[in-house]
Order: sequence, then structure tokens, then C-alpha cells
Amino acid sequence: MNITQGHWWRSDRGGQWLITVIAVVTVMVPVLNLVVPEDSVFHLSTYAVSLLGKYLCYALLALAVDLIWGYAGILSLGHGAFFALGGYAIGMYMMRQIGERGVYGNADLPDFMVFLNWSELPWYWLGFDNFSFALLMVLVAPAILAFVFGWLAFRSRVTGVYFSIISQALTYALMLAFFRNDMGFGGNNGLTDFKDLLGYSLQLDSTKNALFVCSGLALIGGYILCRYVVSSKLGRVLVSIRDAESRTRFVGYRVEHYKLFVFVLSAMLAGIAGALYVPQVGIINPGEFSPINSIEIIIWVAVGGRGYLFGAVIGAVLVNYGKTYFTGAFPEIWLFFLGGLFVVSTLFLPQGVVGLVKKRTIKRQGDGHAKKEALPETDGHTSSKEVSS
Amino acid sequence: MSVGVHIPTNMLYLDNVTVSFDGFKALNALSLVVAPGELRAIIGPNGAGKTTMMDVITGKLRPDSGTVFFRDSIDLTQFDEADVANLGIGRKFQKPTVIESLTVEQNLDLAMAGNRGVFKTLFFKQSTEQYERISEIVSLIGLIEKRSDIAGSLSHGQKQWLEIGMLIIQEPELLLVDEPAAGMTDQETELTAQLLKDISGERSVVVVEHDMEFIKALDCHVTVLHEGHQLAEGSLAHVQQDERVIEVYLGR
Repeated sequence: MNITQGHWWRSDRGGQWLITVIAVVTVMVPVLNLVVPEDSVFHLSTYAVSLLGKYLCYALLALAVDLIWGYAGILSLGHGAFFALGGYAIGMYMMRQIGERGVYGNADLPDFMVFLNWSELPWYWLGFDNFSFALLMVLVAPAILAFVFGWLAFRSRVTGVYFSIISQALTYALMLAFFRNDMGFGGNNGLTDFKDLLGYSLQLDSTKNALFVCSGLALIGGYILCRYVVSSKLGRVLVSIRDAESRTRFVGYRVEHYKLFVFVLSAMLAGIAGALYVPQVGIINPGEFSPINSIEIIIWVAVGGRGYLFGAVIGAVLVNYGKTYFTGAFPEIWLFFLGGLFVVSTLFLPQGVVGLVKKRTIKRQGDGHAKKEALPETDGHTSSKEVSS
Repeated sequence: MSVGVHIPTNMLYLDNVTVSFDGFKALNALSLVVAPGELRAIIGPNGAGKTTMMDVITGKLRPDSGTVFFRDSIDLTQFDEADVANLGIGRKFQKPTVIESLTVEQNLDLAMAGNRGVFKTLFFKQSTEQYERISEIVSLIGLIEKRSDIAGSLSHGQKQWLEIGMLIIQEPELLLVDEPAAGMTDQETELTAQLLKDISGERSVVVVEHDMEFIKALDCHVTVLHEGHQLAEGSLAHVQQDERVIEVYLGR
């Protein structure tokens, strides 16, 4: 009855605001694209629909990273791997959907396999002609990888920067593996030339809008799920692990089980984000495993505000909008801008954009009653304070 | 929890425990017996092995040799920190470690005896009894008005008390308390001694402390550690007259 921060949902003002905005966008974007006539100023191009859909997938990915980094203090620099695995799972389904329409007209084998003179489908491609199976794999493949990797790491008490480094090594190793042609995932070209999804052509505006709506719904669902988790007692155990890991052990919590749970959950969310992303961009290749992608996710979360779930969403959208703009207008300085953004947000905005807004709000209200609400969910420090004993 | 009806002969029984780090014996054939309900103070100069002893009891360190039994028959060397905590041994560190970004109430809720499983905590709902149990503890540790405050905003002494409160609500049968009076004012020290005396009796309490005034206020059996083994044991007056104790510790 009396959990002190009130009801897990009613007390989350930022989240309610965010969900409202996403819901409105999810409804309005298809209306502006499909219903408003093309010559109207309010018409939204199909290109913009897919672009916004991409942002929503990134936002879901950022949410997944904030769940483990912001709340449990697990800094994964390899989360792009789970995103990519989800993307490959749906990509494999769409490859099988191509059927005889491929260049070689082979109903059973994707083009790249015919090109490699393979005579039959490798065992791990079996089942991917079935949409439900592929959807299951979108969740199961990242979950298994996260479980095995997390079990080994957390059981051995690998924490902090060491965990970050091996998570980076994990995604790098996967990138190298997926680059190899004989892995059976299309080598460096990856999977592409998709034709349709569930029988609907990916070229159709209606399909693109449907994918956009799915991304919006997935983000809303993901947010609510994450909010429930961090508002539960389990969420407070995670914060306790983040702030004082060995203390949490002495209270009797199995830290490794908690970390494993939230890490696997986060990997599955990242997998879903990847699976929604790939049909909208039309390709998945080993570049998605590249360590730089995983580091970018960290920047989104840091800019938005680590430890505020809606901050991660805001950060992902802001930074990616910046990326779209800068890579178009000043392509050569984009990376400098990205690096600068990280430095600035670390030095001047330890709690990201959300922290800045919150601080402003307190200043304006300036009295005691604002104090309690304005205290951040996190202490904003990146290092966990360990017990010296 | 593991609160049994059966009252053990010894709450804690350490026999011949040795721990060495690169040849240095942090604990050297240490033996120590604590009875149920007993309040015991442990003193000794820096490096005497007090913290190492706590690490061994709470499963953080495995001894090289020797036996460590809890409630007569539970071999503590077989368990890790979380297991030991769930068996009924609570530990308070020298530096107060409360979870600063959670409120006083949430800290207590976290420490409260109960199921520590992942899914049990995910779907946990606080019951009325649990709410009232927290009310009892906040009043015991004098933090009624701070109940909904962030623990990070408490004073040093209040954090120490919150941590003691977290230990009590964990309902251990044995409490290990490392320098509870460090950094406290005289009045706070006195209150802390009283608090520890009050909670012993129902459970065993082992206090490691440097402050002689505090030990005097505890008014209990004292064990003097030196270079990893027990130098003397008895009332404070008794150990203060022991020649060896005077030499290594009190007579500095």
C-alpha cells in the first residue's frame, strides 16, 4: 500500500507527458502522410515517416540502455549487438519472404547462398519462413546471448569499466563473425533487397506507416514496462546495487541475479527495437555491430539524462535529429559535433537535458515544497560508491 | 527467515581460524565464542584483524584453515555474502552505507526481512504489517520526521542510525557492527550505546570499536585482538589490568 513515492504511474509526470506526445505523433504522422493531400503544406513525406520511425526505434534502444545503465549502473558498450541480432532475426524472415523473386529465382535459398554455391539452407535458417518463429527469435536470440554473457560476467563479479570493455569486445567479435561469408548471414553485404513483410509490400506507403505505428506502440509499451520495473521494489534493489553493490549483498540480495534479470530484459527490448528498425531502413549488415554504434547509444542517454527513462527517449530523438541535420548540412563535422556533445554533457549537464530542465524548475519555484519532488532519481555520479571494508 | 525455536548453545563459534595474505597472517589461529543474546565488544589496534574477522564470518573471505559455525551447526565457510545475510547475520560497516538516493522508508523497506527473489521483489506489495514495522523502526532510530526524506540528506549520525535500523529490520540473530560511534557527537554516542544494549538480548551483537568511553557505556564482555589472535577476554576492568593488553594497546 504505502510505497513512498506514490503510485508507480500516477507520480511519473515526465512519463505521462512523454507518452502523450508519442501517442499523438503515432496517430498524427500517418494522418499527415496518408490523408492530407500531397500539395498541402501539412503533408508529410513518406521519407519523413520512415525517418521518424527510425528515431522511435532508437528511442526504444536508448530506453533499454538507460534501464541498465541509469538504474543498475551497468555500462554496456555492446548493446548494439542485441539491436543487431533482433534486426537479423526479422531480416532472415524477410529474406525467406523474397522466395523466387530473387535475382537467381531460387525459392529456397537467398541470393547470397546461391552465389556461394550452397545447396541447402543451413540449419539455423530453418523456421525463419514462419513469421511467429522469427518474432520469437527477435526476443530469444538477444535474450540467450545476454543471459550467457551476463551470467558469466556477473557471477564472476565483473563490474565497472571491465564490464564495459568486455561488452565492447563482444559486439566487436560478433561484427567480425558476421562479416564472414561462411557464417551464412550474407557477409559484409548483410541482408537486403527485402520485398515484403507478412505479404505487404515494403514499398507501399501504408506498410511504412504501419511500421511507424508499430514503432510508436512498441516505444509506449517499452516505456510503461521499464517504468513498472524501476518503480517496483526490484527497481530500488537495482538502485541499491548501482550505489552500493557490496552493501546490497550484505543485506541478502543476490546481486548477480538482479543484474542478469535486468540485462536480459534490456537485451530483449533492444532486439525489438532492431526488429522494427530493419524493415524501415531496408537493410541489416554487420556494421550494426560496430562498437561506435553502441557508444552512440550511451551518448543519447547521457545527453537526455541518465536515470530518467523519458530522458533517454528525448536524448535519442534530439541527438539523431542533430545527426540527420548535420550529416546533411555539414557532413565533415558531424563526428566532432557528436564528440563535443558528449564532452559538454559530461562536464556541464551531468543529468542531461532533463536534469537541466528540472534544475530550472526548482530555481523558479525556489521554495521548500519543490525540493522533494525535484530531487533526482539518481545521484548522477557515474561511479558506484563501493563499501570499503 | 531462519529464526528457529531451538536456542543454540553458541550463536557464533570460531575455532583456530587463520587467514593469510601473501604470507601475512591477518588472522592467526583466532578462536571466539559468542553466546545467544550476548553483547560483545571487540577492541584491538589497527591491523589486529577485526575487519578480516567480519569478512570471514559474512562469507566475503574464505579462511585458510579453521572452522566457523553459526548456531552450532551451520558452517559459514560454505556460503557467500547473500547466503550469510539470509541465514540471519547482519553487518554494519564502519562508513555508513545507506542508499543515498532512496528515502529513509525505502532503505528500511529494502532491508526488511522477506523474500529476496527477483520476481518476488518485482511484484512486491507492502502489507499493512510491513508498513507498521517500518513505523516502529523509524521511531526507534529517531527518524520519524525524516521518513520520506532522501537518505543522502541525513546527517552523519542519522545515517549511522538508519543503517542500524536497516540491520534491525533485517531481523538477524547475529549483528556485526563496525565502529558505530565513529564521527558521532558525545550525545549521539551515548544514544547509540543504549540502542545496541536494547537490541541485544533478543539477538547477539558483536561491536568492533576504538572508543573506550563507548565500550564503557556498553558495559559488556570485551575481547582484545592483537596480530590476528585473541589476547584477552573478560570485563573491561579485567582486560584493562592485563599486562599484555596494556603493552600493546591501552598503554600507548
